Amino acid sequence: MIVAASKPFQEIKQMLSEFRKICVLGCGSCVTICHTGGEKQVAELAAQLRLSAKLEGRQIEVKEDSTLRQCEWEFIDNIREVIEDCDAVLSIACGVGVQYMAEKFPKIRIFPGVNTTFMGGPTEQGIFWERCAGCGNCILATTGGLCPVSRCAKSLMNGPCGGSQNGRCEVSQETPCVWNQIYDQLDTQQLLKTMETIVPPKDWTTGAENHPRKMVLEHLVVKKQIN
Amino acid sequence: MIENRSDIKSGSNLEKLLRSGKFAVTAELGPPRGADRSAIEKKAKILKGYGDAFNITDCQTAVVRMSSIASGRIVLDAGVEPIIQMTCRDRNRIAIQSDLLGAAALGLKNLLCLTGDHQKFGDHPMAKGVFDIDSVQLIQMVKTLRDEKRFQSGQELKASEPKFFIGAAENPFADPFKFRAVRLAKKIAAGADFIQTQIIYNIKKFHEWMNMVADMGLHEKVFILAGVAPLKSAGMAKHMKHNVPGMDVPDEVMSRMTAASAAKKGKEEGIKICLEVIEQVREIRGVAGVHVMAVEWEEAVPEIIQQARLFPRPTV
Repeated sequence: MIVAASKPFQEIKQMLSEFRKICVLGCGSCVTICHTGGEKQVAELAAQLRLSAKLEGRQIEVKEDSTLRQCEWEFIDNIREVIEDCDAVLSIACGVGVQYMAEKFPKIRIFPGVNTTFMGGPTEQGIFWERCAGCGNCILATTGGLCPVSRCAKSLMNGPCGGSQNGRCEVSQETPCVWNQIYDQLDTQQLLKTMETIVPPKDWTTGAENHPRKMVLEHLVVKKQIN
Repeated sequence: MIENRSDIKSGSNLEKLLRSGKFAVTAELGPPRGADRSAIEKKAKILKGYGDAFNITDCQTAVVRMSSIASGRIVLDAGVEPIIQMTCRDRNRIAIQSDLLGAAALGLKNLLCLTGDHQKFGDHPMAKGVFDIDSVQLIQMVKTLRDEKRFQSGQELKASEPKFFIGAAENPFADPFKFRAVRLAKKIAAGADFIQTQIIYNIKKFHEWMNMVADMGLHEKVFILAGVAPLKSAGMAKHMKHNVPGMDVPDEVMSRMTAASAAKKGKEEGIKICLEVIEQVREIRGVAGVHVMAVEWEEAVPEIIQQARLFPRPTV
């Protein structure tokens, strides 16, 4: 899933300082699962905004709403009536959701309430780790199902480097060395030979370096696109 | 003797010396944090004659310094042979190949290929790390340029090819230990001509690693230079043990440095330990030379080389 972290409240307050009628809009998908952009966080943020305005003697109105997915037109269509009379929307969806809102409602100012951080998941209660870099050219078949692109600090293809010690990464002691994990995994699967082969430079043409990326499913395309 | 061992690739002094079977000495010369060429000339003057070639670091520990290639040319002008270093942290494959063409045109012949210290450790931790390729791929790219006259893309290099004596690093003390000789084999297969190891304080473990290397016959395919470094104080030993990635400083070394530091004889003891390490690694089969890393302590190198009876340096 997409993992997002709450923005500091001071930053949110600063962004919204000139607006009187605000809607805090949550998203029912990834950010709900990572406890930063769901209905509960909408309620908390709205309360916080009201309280801080009251303490500063400002009059504001804060609406609350949420939709199942801010990243699909169908799911944000019906938001119109809620936000139509608002000066600003604080979207606590990921960056995709914020942009869908901005594209759909160009006359209303849309602000991000979270920092979208990575694609990953919870490994234990309250702890999330990155798992995928979206390189567009998956190599998990050869690395024991563990990704060095997203989980090695230097995205090495021929690791582990000389900084791997006691299963930890040299960049941070709290980070497991994924190449050490790959080694153990391939050892278990009796595939250590794989690691003797030199992996050639990766083709990054499908990666984030070539954004914006686009995917077309020809069989689903109804309207022939120009270009 | 290995195949093509006597085929000169770059014509550098270091290469000729190693191929003639002489025990080589390399040391480190760190470029300055400024645009002053006299700082390099001063260091080159101190080191001249006390090694066969000198590593010019490429923004080591991710701290901005004068470029390795520019410094390397200044060092060469001062009559000292450089080993330029190239990391994958700050440049993609386009920039690396471009800089290496330039380096070769400037007359630089030795090249050490590294992935590079992570930007997090340096003076610009907010910088974007590149890591388009890794050290193994870098070695392969340089070899392909040199031996096949092809760029990494596969396109033909129609003009003169850069002829480098290709170096790589390997850390015998990193994990998984069993993989360390295999990784060396990968670097050799990629095209490494010589290896400089991580700093050795744990001789026993180094010996174990060299045994694996020799069992695989790797010492006959590549020149291995054992990395050594004089400690200055107990504080430095502690820093090395706990803060420098991939270092293995045994307790015995720690206690010797602690005692010496207390008696204000840290530097003397550090040099003594360094000399002991040199003596011992020289006896190990497959060690073709030593690489002395006296970081920001270039003055120590002449003393170490003299006392280790590695002076004067042979000519080829």
